[in-house]
Amino acid sequence: MTTPILEARGLSRAFGHVRALDELDFEVYPGEVTALIGDNGAGKSTLVKALSGNLRVDSGVIKFEGKQIQMTSPTMASGLGIETVYQDLALAPHLDPVQNMYLGREVMRSGLAGLLGVMDVNAMRGASRRAFDELGATVRSLSSPVGSMSGGQRQAVAIARAVHWASKLVFLDEPTAALGVRQTKNVLETIRRVSDKGIAVVFISHSMPHVMEVSDRVQVLRLGHRAATVKAKDTSMEELVGLMTGANTRDTA
Amino acid sequence: MTNTGQLQMGPETTSIEIARKKDTPFKKILKAQSFQIFLVLVVLVIIFSALAPTTFAQLSNLRLVVQNASILAVLGVGMTYIIITSGIDLSIGSVLVFSGVVAALVMRAIGGDNWGTALIGVVVATVVGLLWGIFNGVLIAKAKVPPLIVTLGSLGMALGLAQILTGGVDVRDVPSVLTTTIGYGNIFGSIPVLSVIALVIVVIGALVLHKTKFGLHTYAVGSSEEAARRVGVKVDAHLIKVYAISGGLAGFAGILSLSQFSTTAIAGQSQTNLNVIAAVVIGGTSLFGGFGTIFGTVVGLFIPAVLQNGFVITGVQPFWQQVAVGAVLIAAVYIDQMRRSSAARGKPINLWRNLVSRKTE
Repeated sequence: MTTPILEARGLSRAFGHVRALDELDFEVYPGEVTALIGDNGAGKSTLVKALSGNLRVDSGVIKFEGKQIQMTSPTMASGLGIETVYQDLALAPHLDPVQNMYLGREVMRSGLAGLLGVMDVNAMRGASRRAFDELGATVRSLSSPVGSMSGGQRQAVAIARAVHWASKLVFLDEPTAALGVRQTKNVLETIRRVSDKGIAVVFISHSMPHVMEVSDRVQVLRLGHRAATVKAKDTSMEELVGLMTGANTRDTA
Repeated sequence: MTNTGQLQMGPETTSIEIARKKDTPFKKILKAQSFQIFLVLVVLVIIFSALAPTTFAQLSNLRLVVQNASILAVLGVGMTYIIITSGIDLSIGSVLVFSGVVAALVMRAIGGDNWGTALIGVVVATVVGLLWGIFNGVLIAKAKVPPLIVTLGSLGMALGLAQILTGGVDVRDVPSVLTTTIGYGNIFGSIPVLSVIALVIVVIGALVLHKTKFGLHTYAVGSSEEAARRVGVKVDAHLIKVYAISGGLAGFAGILSLSQFSTTAIAGQSQTNLNVIAAVVIGGTSLFGGFGTIFGTVVGLFIPAVLQNGFVITGVQPFWQQVAVGAVLIAAVYIDQMRRSSAARGKPINLWRNLVSRKTE
């Protein structure tokens, strides 16, 4: 079996008396789309935060390509080629899509101007446009503030940013929660296209049809630990709902 | 789930962008709040020129207005950065005074009326201001005390310490090389040196804000601290730098003020902070952060300056200036609020349409 890109063993994290993660195991394989499902409070978002360097765990091991690492900051995750699209998108509303895309990773001009901190706006704009086009993302304007755009467009910007920088793995926290039919279809196609490029995708979703449609593997969380991990083609929506609620149990992949 | 749909969507982005670009440059300028406020300034100048063609509309008078706004412009650059980060700096007037006092005392202790002494004075004033800025910045970024409170505190501390150092008596020994060159010297015939220095700082300030990574991070921190932090912008360090810049510029303004007035003028800066904040806000910089320009701030400085000058010349009681500036200030913040709420509703920003008619697309 291939080595997982990212692997977690026995992750635990408590918030006061609540055990958000309870001895949780998790793994993502290269080029696979993994759906992360579970009822509210099952620990999905907490797990994504822990794996993207946004949250420290109390105990447990995280391995990246087989080697144990300490995931201490989002910057470190980015350095490993792991990007995250948060539920709140984490875009700066006053900045335009290009500025958001390159914030924290600005392209500098060559020569003296670059040393003085002058950015190469044209290079960033060109690369951003190509990235949006490649994803089929309809971003109406590259020079309007993101805050003036619709939810779908903002989502497109956030996903395009993550995909643009991720070389290994993208986490999507409920990417289709606030979207219309066409945008949802677009996001699901994007997920497929990203995984075709060999980048692994983990996405959290409450929508079973979306999970069945796009994922290779489904990991079901329940009360802070993994209730099951199943291949999408071997399961059904009914079974997944049963696993989420604890009506069914199953262990194998 | 065919591929044709996606393939058509790709070029869509590009084509919309190209279509936008065609009419952008001119429209974009018209839409900018700083340009609209610039039009207000032009109208004011035209009105006063018509009312008093022989006194107001003279080069010598214009020169006076520009010279009086120069020190405020230096302060305005730092304040624009701070307000873009959604902060505020009330301490600039006091920091200006304190830096001026320390520089004056150091120059008096060294003695000598030459450029060596003067240069030491410039460096001392700037460094002292910078230290106050860092003090503000560390408390705001690390200790998480709100900017309003921190700078209100340092406003009192800097002013009090300035009075302790001088015993409350203004220092009047300023090297005459400073007063004759920077204070009331001219370049190219009749352009005040003071204004040229201010212009250089304004231009550098604008370039850094609009062209560099530092400027982009300033907007990002003000727009969404959380978003900036998640992509690896060092938010705390950036805030400290921004407050340090404001402090440093206030310190430098201290030496400019010494040069212009030949005295530390301890009591003379009590309104400076509010005047500069008003100028920045009138110029379209949002008090809520994330949005603003240096150009706007400069225009915002000239509106009170032109009003004051124009009222004096046309014989209106100059106290009306305060009333007028107050009204402009409120109008500017109202416009900013409208823009923010229309942006939140996802509508294109078009203030004139909102102001002139209620028609919606």
